Amino acid sequence: METAASFYETPEPARFTGVWSWLLTLDHKRIGLMYLYAVLFWFLLAVLLGGLLRLELMFPGETVLSSQLYNSAFTLHGVIMIFLFIIPALPAVFGNFFLPIHIGAHDVYFPKLNLLSWYLYMAGGAIAVFSLFSDGFADTGWTFYVPFSISTNTNVSTTVFAAFVLGFSSMLTGLNFITTVHKMRDRAMGWLQIPLFTWSLYATAWVQLLATPVVTITLVLVMIERFFNVGLFDPARGGDPVLYQHLFWMYSHPAVYIMILPGMGVISEIIPVFARKSIFGYKAIVGSSLAIAIAGSLVWAHHMYTSGMSDTAVFVFSLLTFVVAIPSAIKVFSWVATLYKGAILMTPPLFFSLCFIYLFSVGGLTGLVLGAAGANIHVHDTHFVVAHFHFTMFGGTGFAFFAALHYWWPKMFGRMYDFKKAYIAAILVTGGFMFHYVPMFILGLQGMPRRYYDYLPQFAAGNFFAGFGALFMIFGIGLMVANLVASFARQRTAGPDPWGGVTLEWTIPSPPPVHNFVHPPEIMAYPYDFSGVTDRSEQRQKGE
Amino acid sequence: MPGKPDQTGNKLGMWLFLYTEIILFGALFVLYAVYFSWYTQDFILGAKVLDLGFGVINTIILLVSSFLVAASITAVQKNQRNIALAALAGALVCGAVFLVNKYFEWGHKIETGIYPGSEKLLDGPAPQNLFFGLYYVVTGLHGIHIVIGMVLLAVSFGLVFCRKITAANDAVLDNCGLYWHLVDLIWIFIFPLFYLVV
Amino acid sequence: MEQASHIFSYKTLGLVLGALLILTGVTVGASYIDLGWINVWIALVIASTKASLVLVVFMHMKSAGKSVVVSFLSTVFFLAVMIGFIFWDVAFR
Repeated sequence: METAASFYETPEPARFTGVWSWLLTLDHKRIGLMYLYAVLFWFLLAVLLGGLLRLELMFPGETVLSSQLYNSAFTLHGVIMIFLFIIPALPAVFGNFFLPIHIGAHDVYFPKLNLLSWYLYMAGGAIAVFSLFSDGFADTGWTFYVPFSISTNTNVSTTVFAAFVLGFSSMLTGLNFITTVHKMRDRAMGWLQIPLFTWSLYATAWVQLLATPVVTITLVLVMIERFFNVGLFDPARGGDPVLYQHLFWMYSHPAVYIMILPGMGVISEIIPVFARKSIFGYKAIVGSSLAIAIAGSLVWAHHMYTSGMSDTAVFVFSLLTFVVAIPSAIKVFSWVATLYKGAILMTPPLFFSLCFIYLFSVGGLTGLVLGAAGANIHVHDTHFVVAHFHFTMFGGTGFAFFAALHYWWPKMFGRMYDFKKAYIAAILVTGGFMFHYVPMFILGLQGMPRRYYDYLPQFAAGNFFAGFGALFMIFGIGLMVANLVASFARQRTAGPDPWGGVTLEWTIPSPPPVHNFVHPPEIMAYPYDFSGVTDRSEQRQKGE
Repeated sequence: MPGKPDQTGNKLGMWLFLYTEIILFGALFVLYAVYFSWYTQDFILGAKVLDLGFGVINTIILLVSSFLVAASITAVQKNQRNIALAALAGALVCGAVFLVNKYFEWGHKIETGIYPGSEKLLDGPAPQNLFFGLYYVVTGLHGIHIVIGMVLLAVSFGLVFCRKITAANDAVLDNCGLYWHLVDLIWIFIFPLFYLVV
Repeated sequence: MEQASHIFSYKTLGLVLGALLILTGVTVGASYIDLGWINVWIALVIASTKASLVLVVFMHMKSAGKSVVVSFLSTVFFLAVMIGFIFWDVAFR
């Protein structure tokens, strides 16, 4: 493999230098990295906010946060985590960096639109920061339920406007990815030859495209109601507040599939590589990704069983919710079947992926408890819900993000991190995670409500214990990030194919050259063909 | 940078964007559907208050404007630059007249005390407030899209004028046209739902 | 020239405009006949017909390829689900 200048050395467009070669770049890899830095910042900030919340909850009574500040803090934690981290992270960082490479393309179809998406993302974040001041950050929860979101005096309109801008960023990324996958695949690569990460991004992109406009208009309606008092959700003026919840969840339920599908795509890439074995059921995974995207748009009202909607709706949505669990389970079976009788090579990406499988499965199973209408009555709006979505969104997407970081770090930066510290960090995060969130399932079943800054005395022990778990978890996250960053100080460069991969990014140098491929890529008939993989990897590492 | 292999992606991208607009307005139609089913009589009374004449004229104006935009694309394909320019100019005039009509229509309603948060709506039957609330939100959002569409048509006009849009290179005009047609499509549904309720 | 085989002549466009204007007249006329709950469905069917003409002729939807036709119908389907499924709640309160 001849040495080609990396994309760090070659700006695109070529005429820019220095910081402008980043801020005005059209290179999908640079855009992906700019997202990475921003996303990591927001993630770490929201982790600290979460830590603050749990610190308040560690002891009964008001300790570090007043009730008003607590409400704003959990709203801010949710808004940042959901709109600035979980929804964008995998598609905008790893999707941007690797989608074109995976299909043998030199960039996305609309590079300028891609850059615009990044600016919209940054603008949304800036607006969210702006809404911290004057009247204070919204205290409604990230769900902005009416009537409180209309009547409260905090900066709801600004916060909601931030989410509105971020929605455009997400939508345009989805538009870009769909067009890219349709129009820029290598001529030799048919639909059933694209990697599973690409498929997951494609399914996600459709949900981003079609579901986001619903929340766009819903948030606009909140702003309109705050300013003009139209009364569309006000019972005194003929309106129905439950309709707000319907519109809100019509986006926000599909949004959780935006969050998890790319994560599942990452796991589908990592498991085969470290089992040295083709993925079990490629077509089943493709089908289940599409099925999740479609079925996920039919179940939104399972967030609303106690809202006062009709019993018929409760029954229908509960039934459909059980259906949507099936495609997710198909994926878990496929991953486990891939590992079975594989030649397992343990590495940090695999370790995080295994943690993902476990944590996401727990999250998914507890989702069935919530999806069952009868059981839901008991646990709705308790800490059981909080634990469930942290298992799926953090144990799921969060850990997939960590896995992706560790899998693709050598490719993006040409450096390898220390494995031992990565494992220690992973164990601390996972162990801390369990100690932090499992008590919340129990507390929720015992009746502790969510979004309250205080609780009854019988919940004190569980909250204290959970706080300890948070400490380990946060420390582990810090260690993980520090270890990755420290890879720049180590002189250990990573070659083109340190893992023995089969997708196209492992055929090009680390870091890649600006237009990705120096020679036209060689497309394999089946994307997960592992025959001769160890020899091939050795050859690539030696530079042949 | 290596060029795009295939220019048809531009059109796909525009259609994808149109889908987002369909869903954006669609969510408002969801609200309409619910309230219409609960308060049909009030919606009928509300529709009677709206000026059918304005509604019909605006519908005709937008249909004609869509025709003109489609004609401009045919003209560019036939290298008939002057016809294309005239058609686009005509469509722009249609858009402007639509907005002027909307200005008078809203103005008249506001004069009679019908606007979001007005006392008349507050004191009147609650579902009538919903009808007019939806009317203002939906037609207001639609009006914003007319303005955006007119900007796109004006840009297209400029590009045809400077011969940057030609028969071989008409993607921009095509896409701006698609946007304009969508704005017409949305009105095709707004008109009967607000003006012809019976 | 991707459009070459799909240029609609001015005559075709004019005929479609004529049809659209006639359908507008029909829908206005239908609103004067009280058929109860059927009226709104008649109006929607006429509007959908007008929309289809705009989509197929003015917007050249067929020439945009199968992916556009399929995804457009899927979008409409998604909207139908949004409206339809909310009635599981609002029609049974």
